[in-house]
Amino acid sequence: MSQSPYRNNFQKPTLSDRIIDMVILTVMVLVVIVTLYPFLNVLAVSLNSSSDTVKGGVTIFPREFTLDNYRTIFNFGSIPRAFLTSILRTVIGTVTSLLACSMVAYVLSRKDFMFRNFLSRYLAITMYISGGLIPFFILIRDLHLMNTFTVYILPGLVNVFFIFMIRSFIDGLPYELQESAKLDGANDFTIFWRVILPLCKPVLATAALFIAVGQWNSWFDTYLFNGSNPDLTTLQFELMKILQSTQTGQDAVNGNDMAKQMQQVSPESIKMAITMVTTIPILLVYPFLQRYFVAGMTLGAVKG
Amino acid sequence: MQMERTIPAETRTKRGLFRTLLDQKYLLFMSVPFAIVVFIFSYIPIWGWTMAFQKYRPSRSFFEQEWVGLANFVKMFEDPNFYLALKNTLGMSVLGLLIGFTMPIIFALMLNELRNGMFKRFVQTVSYLPHFVSWVVVSGIVYKMLSTDDGPVNQLIALFGHEKVQFMAKSEYFWFIVVLSDLWKELGWNTIIYLSAITAIDGSLYEAAKVDGANRWQLMRHVTLPGISQVIIILLVLSIGHLIAIGFEKQLLLGNPLVSDASQVLDLYALKYGIGQNNFSFGTAIGVINSVVGLALLFTANGFFKKRTGESVI
Repeated sequence: MSQSPYRNNFQKPTLSDRIIDMVILTVMVLVVIVTLYPFLNVLAVSLNSSSDTVKGGVTIFPREFTLDNYRTIFNFGSIPRAFLTSILRTVIGTVTSLLACSMVAYVLSRKDFMFRNFLSRYLAITMYISGGLIPFFILIRDLHLMNTFTVYILPGLVNVFFIFMIRSFIDGLPYELQESAKLDGANDFTIFWRVILPLCKPVLATAALFIAVGQWNSWFDTYLFNGSNPDLTTLQFELMKILQSTQTGQDAVNGNDMAKQMQQVSPESIKMAITMVTTIPILLVYPFLQRYFVAGMTLGAVKG
Repeated sequence: MQMERTIPAETRTKRGLFRTLLDQKYLLFMSVPFAIVVFIFSYIPIWGWTMAFQKYRPSRSFFEQEWVGLANFVKMFEDPNFYLALKNTLGMSVLGLLIGFTMPIIFALMLNELRNGMFKRFVQTVSYLPHFVSWVVVSGIVYKMLSTDDGPVNQLIALFGHEKVQFMAKSEYFWFIVVLSDLWKELGWNTIIYLSAITAIDGSLYEAAKVDGANRWQLMRHVTLPGISQVIIILLVLSIGHLIAIGFEKQLLLGNPLVSDASQVLDLYALKYGIGQNNFSFGTAIGVINSVVGLALLFTANGFFKKRTGESVI
């Protein structure tokens, strides 16, 4: 990063400069604290013995360190299976959607493609008009996709936003590469697979991150379509059930008896351990992909 | 979004359509199946809007449905719950626009003023973090932070000698809780686009302003802010288009029976009547109104924008 353009190299900072710097610094530190504290608190509670957590007052360090909560949840009813389902839907959903979107994006980038204008408009329309929840629900039911794993993959397979994002990246690549491949006798699919895809790594990484995060974080499709099938629920959905069952009791009801009762069903530390398990995979990948998604965001936004 | 037609003339006349189809068979294989998927999952639900004008019965085919005209809409406009949902939807989205839209701009301007590159990157990395966490996790965190037992917010309140507040049980706080947790989640993320717009500002403008004796405030107000105003307006137009389509995720996850009079939004209302009570036609009617108003808002906002600048956002 270059220096701030405000920096005046030949002048000493004035008093007002210093005040501005102090105010900004304070705000930034506050933002960092407000953003990080909840995560550190959840982490600390999840690593604290659950009998000790009930006493309250755990901040950002565990008071009685233990890994028992994590051990417990990996033997905890449907959690291990839900974890697996979440991983499966994320991996399969990301790979298939990325392939589908990049193929369509490549076709759209070909100026000689006969249906190019039609396809482009056909896709763009869906960004502005959608049928809404109820018709979608009925469609899924009529297609017999309720209580299937497919419902996690198929409806989101083609994502118009990512198609346009990848296409504008392909548009920036020199066309001569495709032409020379064509002279070597490559067909359109080979060109896509061997020439275009390898060059698209940065934009594919961005799209993959977005798709994967979306898949991993999704809970509503489980709630709507697979909630009654205990074999297909996801981690987010299980967490949602656990949190909702306690939340409505905890602060909502005045008497603390109810809250105490709920806490015995699934202690605070266990809940926080499940929260961490649903969060950790994301915390692990996102700092590495940051430079990609910043570029990708800008790319997608410019093209609208 | 205009595209130039660059199909060579000879392709069309000499070789004919069939030949072109054959030539482009790979391109067709790579796009037609996905176009069909889009048709099924995006276009058929739009066709499903017809349900709003029927007394839809799932067991019957389309031609056997009973058409009822605007009856579902009339019923909706007579239902006091609809106005409650509308009020909550508009309340939360306008509040969200006031807070959730302006804060990222201010935050981006401030980040840009940071001189220490390392610290700047650290703040950015931290502020993006909550964007990647699901609303399920965020709702759990919000409940924990605002809890009366051990929540830091109430501990702070107690520290200053005030009564603890049952934030999650009082409807009057609900809108603010939704808007502020949204701000917490998306503040950093929403600054990305402003920061990249700031980077694109011509550095010589700053030099020129400095020669004219501008101080930092003046640079910010007269160079940086105008420099990103285009982006601000585009995003504003898009946000206005989404004013009514605020979804239901936050409201469903953060809400509870005690605050339902403040958490009921249009999409939840559609969900409750449509799927919860198997009243598909009524639920669809709510969805149709939602979409139509959203589109109307988007085109109106875009129209104003076009009139002022001669450009179009959509």
